[in-house]
Amino acid sequence: MLRISNGRIYDPVNGVNGAVRDLCIKEGKIVADVPAAAKRIDAQGMIIMPGGIDIHCHIAGPKVNLARKLQPEDHRLDVHPGTAFTRSGTGGIVPSTFATGYRYAALGYTTAMEAAVTPIGARHVLEEFHDIPLIDKGFYVLLGNNVFLYDLLKAGRREDFRQAVAWWVNATKAYAVKLVNPGSDELWKGRRNANITDINENIDNFDLTPLDVIKAFIETVNDLGLPHPPHIHCNNLGRSGNYTTTLETMRAAEGRRAHIAHVQFHSYGGEPGKNPTSKGPEIADYINKHPNITADVGQIMFGKATAMTADAPLGYLLRGISGNKWINADTECESGCGIVPFTYHEKAYMHTLQWAIGLELFLLSEDPWRLVLSTDHPNGGSFMKYPRLIRLLMDRDFRNQEIGKVNQKAIRQTVLADTLDREYTLEEIAIITRAGPARALGLKDKGHLGVGADADVTIYDEHEDKERMFSTPRYLIKDGVAVIEDHEFRCDHEGRILHTTPAYDTAIENSIKPFFEDNYSIVFENYAVTDRYLHHHQVIPTVLER
Amino acid sequence: MSDNIRTVEHATCTFCGCVCDDMDLTVDVDAKRITKAKNACTLGRAWFAEHTIEDRPFALIDGKAATTEEGVEAAAQILVAARLPIIYGLSDTTCEAQRQAVAICDLMHGNIDTTTSVCHGPSGIAFQGVGESTATLGEIKNRADLVIYWGGNPAESHPRHFTRYAVTPKGRYIPNGRKDRYVVLVDVRRTPSAPVADLFIQIKPGHDFELLWALRALVKGRKVDPNLAERTGVSLATMEALVKRMKSCRYGVLFFGMGLTMTRGRHFNSGAVLALATDLNEFTHFVAKPVRGHGNVTGADNVVSWQTGYPFGVNFSRGYPRFNPGEYTTVDLLARGEADAAMIIASDPASNFPRPAIEHMKRIPVIALDTKPTDTTQLAKVAFTTSTYGINTSGTVYRMDDVPITLRPAFESPYPSDEEVLIAIKNRVRELLTLKRTRFPNRKVA
Amino acid sequence: MAEMMILVPGRTNKQGTSLNAGKLKKEYRDVTSTVEMNTDDMARLGIKDGDAVRLATDIGETVVHCKGRKPTDLPAGMLFIPYGPPSSQLMGGDTAGSGMPLSKNFEVSVELVEVPVP
Repeated sequence: MLRISNGRIYDPVNGVNGAVRDLCIKEGKIVADVPAAAKRIDAQGMIIMPGGIDIHCHIAGPKVNLARKLQPEDHRLDVHPGTAFTRSGTGGIVPSTFATGYRYAALGYTTAMEAAVTPIGARHVLEEFHDIPLIDKGFYVLLGNNVFLYDLLKAGRREDFRQAVAWWVNATKAYAVKLVNPGSDELWKGRRNANITDINENIDNFDLTPLDVIKAFIETVNDLGLPHPPHIHCNNLGRSGNYTTTLETMRAAEGRRAHIAHVQFHSYGGEPGKNPTSKGPEIADYINKHPNITADVGQIMFGKATAMTADAPLGYLLRGISGNKWINADTECESGCGIVPFTYHEKAYMHTLQWAIGLELFLLSEDPWRLVLSTDHPNGGSFMKYPRLIRLLMDRDFRNQEIGKVNQKAIRQTVLADTLDREYTLEEIAIITRAGPARALGLKDKGHLGVGADADVTIYDEHEDKERMFSTPRYLIKDGVAVIEDHEFRCDHEGRILHTTPAYDTAIENSIKPFFEDNYSIVFENYAVTDRYLHHHQVIPTVLER
Repeated sequence: MSDNIRTVEHATCTFCGCVCDDMDLTVDVDAKRITKAKNACTLGRAWFAEHTIEDRPFALIDGKAATTEEGVEAAAQILVAARLPIIYGLSDTTCEAQRQAVAICDLMHGNIDTTTSVCHGPSGIAFQGVGESTATLGEIKNRADLVIYWGGNPAESHPRHFTRYAVTPKGRYIPNGRKDRYVVLVDVRRTPSAPVADLFIQIKPGHDFELLWALRALVKGRKVDPNLAERTGVSLATMEALVKRMKSCRYGVLFFGMGLTMTRGRHFNSGAVLALATDLNEFTHFVAKPVRGHGNVTGADNVVSWQTGYPFGVNFSRGYPRFNPGEYTTVDLLARGEADAAMIIASDPASNFPRPAIEHMKRIPVIALDTKPTDTTQLAKVAFTTSTYGINTSGTVYRMDDVPITLRPAFESPYPSDEEVLIAIKNRVRELLTLKRTRFPNRKVA
Repeated sequence: MAEMMILVPGRTNKQGTSLNAGKLKKEYRDVTSTVEMNTDDMARLGIKDGDAVRLATDIGETVVHCKGRKPTDLPAGMLFIPYGPPSSQLMGGDTAGSGMPLSKNFEVSVELVEVPVP
């Protein structure tokens, strides 16, 4: 039992905006009161928030491990020594698993969502999750290029499609459904490395367009009542003029819930083949006006990154641009993958434009609940840069200073000059890093500090330099256990795997099994992930089950 | 054969890196014996048939029978007393056991390496420099119309590679199976794999790099030195014809093996293959895949990579992982006489390592975990008999293409699993180190 | 009279199946003690199938039995042996900084041994 006193609480869900009041914890949950004998933390001069929630990052699984293996030169620069009760590891842009858990916690984060996992790789992700300490984790399963599901859609078998989607979420222990550049896999693998450019063009070998696929998933995932809507990496990422694809994709939701991933990368104007311009204001405006849409920004941060994406054609494109070593990884019947080490440069027009568009989106957002913080780690930059990003949003002098250092031609393409004044408040930061992601994810017991919430609490020393403040919590409490006290780790702790189990009719397996025999290289009975991989876990109910 | 028979369907064979998961096993439960392994190849059948329960001590200490617990105590004492304890092997055990091995190494600030370093370690090194275009095996079945094998002999090392995965199977876009594919084999001698190929290219030993580099040049439209034909033993016409096929296929795959990694050039050879496949993606879709040897060597790569950031040859002497092939790889640490204790898990270096490494193993205390007696268990100071993964114990393994599969054991064993023994050793090592560190707080101990 | 040839240790079916039976057992020992030589080379050197030959490098030597292979399969000057303890005796520990010892295509001297191997 724990009582935290004298700290200023930021709990936007419950309307608490800096008030000083006690926070009580018992048996891993926030409670109204605890006995006088309970352990006390004096949080005088400190800010208290719910634990941070990363709604879109790449931290575990087959593609992350490939990227990890790819860059020993990066690990060398950032070692992570072990202690009496914490495991050692390496850091850099793709940290090893133990270091990942400890470092997220050391920033005050208590939950992170791995944004893209192939179904056949789900077992691998869960194994890595088991070696990521402290934080709660879940993942989004890649279904947007799934060949069997395409077969069903092509045949007009919509009810079977719904059952199959639910089956796949259960079989993989996923939290949500992910789409990446729908339709592109068939062209990439089957048509000598081609790509989809128009979401109204037919996908090779299927009488379907990417837009058909997107609409089907939006409808079905919403019908299944999954806690989080379909998480969509739109087609044409990174291309000049792609904002029209993004708008068309968002319109396809027709009022239903949809989440657009790393929307910054999808907010470009200009003509294909020429330098992009910013359409940040147009995209922000659409999101502002459509409460069914949530998005994470996908802010790029200058310095080292790694492109790590299921969008295989994009990976190849980045290879061409950067000349760096490149990984391509095809997954049978399910997905593609491209990985390229990448660095964003302050003086480069394109990189500055991307940086500025991300900031435009943040600063033009009228509803921080629905446009939340991410760097699409490690694609836009490391999660270790979140404190710096927070400072850019909260401290306009610092932001102006940074704007002065970058490519000015790109800055002139944006409206950053018109938004120079806005500074995010602590409450807004608590929304974009905690309350907003929790709501978008459908995590009712996270992202807030009301009675009944999970006791995931971050306590920061208040400091004028917001990067410094958010870089290192004084205390981190996870499930009511003080894992960090006075900036030091006190113990190890196992976080939970979060997943959802929408209902489905097992008869669908009669359709899936023959497909396996013909198209897969493993046996159907060995495909679904058994419960032995879940360890400490929690099922988050669907909307229908509540 | 008793009357107590059961069948285990969809079991997985872990003898080679194909990790075929379509085994249907007939098990004589009373006799603790697998009497039939439907779908297994000749190697798999031997794997299943020969792993029975033999009557042997749970452990041997200095050649004398002991209990597992006594073995654990002796092993922990050896590891804690050593200045540079090394752990090696791990390719024939589960990921769950591999994770424990890394944990022990982290605790004792030792060195950990897997059989990768003497298998496709060079390919892993090349991967770090070049990257890799790859695919899961189902893509090969469904799409590959050009299949090239370089420096490998699947007929003898991975018999079902041809039949279940890459040459004969019919796939979604390869409806006629073998007839829709063109198969090439490159090797220094004509092996039993050669008859499978449409084109067998015999190359002079030690010249793979030159040939691969020449192919890269031809792919990019450059000219090559005509002398290469004589040096490699492969005519310019053959090279040009191969390049034409590679550029015009719809989906090509280059499988490569020990003929490249174990010979002069090592990682340069692997790097040349990977670079060639990457280059070809300018023209068509092309992948390259190292053909992994043991059942769970890919699992070892994955586990060590995710826990440390590096795939093999990892050293914890400073309290965090460092990677350096040549320094922290086991053949080197043994051949140079640096390791002063070794724990060998599910591997037999006393049989397969170079002589200088074997000689050093005879001079230091060795701990071995294995299911059968081997040269390594014979020279070990402490040898544990453990159960066999995939036959007695469950767990996770990774196929050569990184697909993770859960094992379905056939019958129980009285012997503990590698994982159980390693957990016990880990716990005792932790106790001993805590004692050591608290007793001598000022002395620099591991 | 010893002659230099290129040795290729490798996997064979029999080596793979026999190691499952047990690496200390006779079948595995026999399989890994049999080296294949080009039949033209054998004829030239006066070696018959089953004869004992000594293979040697700077590191060590081993005596194994010789078996013929037709020249279309095994080129002149090349030897093949299923890998195991005998071939390991010939391998050096220098990995050229790669971790991998030179395990295939290395030079060995070959000569006929008069004394039969038990």
